[in-house]
Amino acid sequence: MKHMRMGAMEWYRRGLRDGIPIGLGYLAVSFTLGIAARSDGLTAVQATVMSLLNLTSAGQFAGLTVIAAGASYLEMAASQLIINLRYLLMSCALSQKIAPETPMWQRLALGYTITDEIFGISVGAADRLNPFYSFGAVSVAAPGWALGTCLGVILGNVLPARIVSALSVALYAMFLAVILPPARRSRVLAGVVVLSMAASLLFSRLPVLSAVSSGMKIIVLTVLIAGGAALLFPVKEEADA
Amino acid sequence: MRNVYLYILVMAAVTYLIRVLPLTLIRREIKNTFLRSFLYYVPYVTLAVMTFPAILDATGSTVSAAAGLLAAALLAWYGASLFQVACAACAVVFVIELIIL
Repeated sequence: MKHMRMGAMEWYRRGLRDGIPIGLGYLAVSFTLGIAARSDGLTAVQATVMSLLNLTSAGQFAGLTVIAAGASYLEMAASQLIINLRYLLMSCALSQKIAPETPMWQRLALGYTITDEIFGISVGAADRLNPFYSFGAVSVAAPGWALGTCLGVILGNVLPARIVSALSVALYAMFLAVILPPARRSRVLAGVVVLSMAASLLFSRLPVLSAVSSGMKIIVLTVLIAGGAALLFPVKEEADA
Repeated sequence: MRNVYLYILVMAAVTYLIRVLPLTLIRREIKNTFLRSFLYYVPYVTLAVMTFPAILDATGSTVSAAAGLLAAALLAWYGASLFQVACAACAVVFVIELIIL
C-alpha cells in the first residue's frame, strides 16, 4: 500500500515537472484568449471560469464567437462537439494506456486532463500511464491557462510580442519531443510521422482542403493514416500472453 | 446576449463528455489487433498533424519558427527531455527574432 502511494506521488511530481513548460506555453497563448474574451464582452471572472472548465484553445475561441453572435445553446453544443471531437480519439487511446483496473474516479479525473499537450506528454511518459502523471501536469497547466486568460481580460497584451512568440513554440517542441524518440527506434513510426506531417501540409495548402477546419483535419487524417498503418503494420502482441 | 454562464456550462459539459466517455466506457483491454494497432498509432499521427505545418505560423516569423523546429527536432531525436527541448526551442526563436526582427 505504501509502495503504491509512493508510486503515485512520484508520478505526480514527474507530471508537475513536465507540466511546467506546458503551463508557461498556456500562459502565453491564453493571454490572447483573454483579450478576445474581453472584446466579446466577457468579464474576467466569466473568462477565467470558462478557461478552468474547458481547458481547450480552439474550442474556447469558437465558443466566444458563438457567445458574441448570441447563437443558440444547441449551436454552442454542436460547435464544441465538432471542434473537440479529436479528444474522443485521444480518450480511446488513453483508455488502453492505463491499467484496466484503474478506479473510476481516476478515469473521471483523467478525462479533464485531456488537452493536446497533456495527452501528448501522457502517451510519451511510459508504456503504462499512471493517471497521477497527468494529474501532476494538469495542476500546473490549468492554473497557467486560467491565469493567462484572466490577465488577458484585465491587462490586455502586456507580454512583449517577442516573449509570446518564443513561448508559443514550446508546445509544438514538446510534441516533437514525444513523437521523435520512438520514431527513431521504429521505421514504421518514422514513416507514419513523416506521412502525417506531409498530409497535414497538403491539407493546409491545397485550395479545397485548406477550407477544412483544423479540428476536422486532425480527425480525418488520424483515422485515415492510423487506420492504414494498423492494416499494413499491425502491432505485434508482446507481454499479453 | 443570453446567459454567459449557461453558454460556458454547455461548452464545458459537451467538451468533458467527449473527453471522459471513452475512458469510462472502455474499461477492458481491447484484444482486437486492428483496433489495438489503430489506437497505438493515433497519438503519433495526431501530434504530427498538429505540429506541422502549424509550428511555422506560431511565432513572429517563419524563419524563427523553422529554426525553432529544427532545434527541437534535433534535440528530440537525440533524446533530450521534454523540458530541455521546449526551452531550447524557445531560446532559439527568441535569439533569432532578436537578430532578424
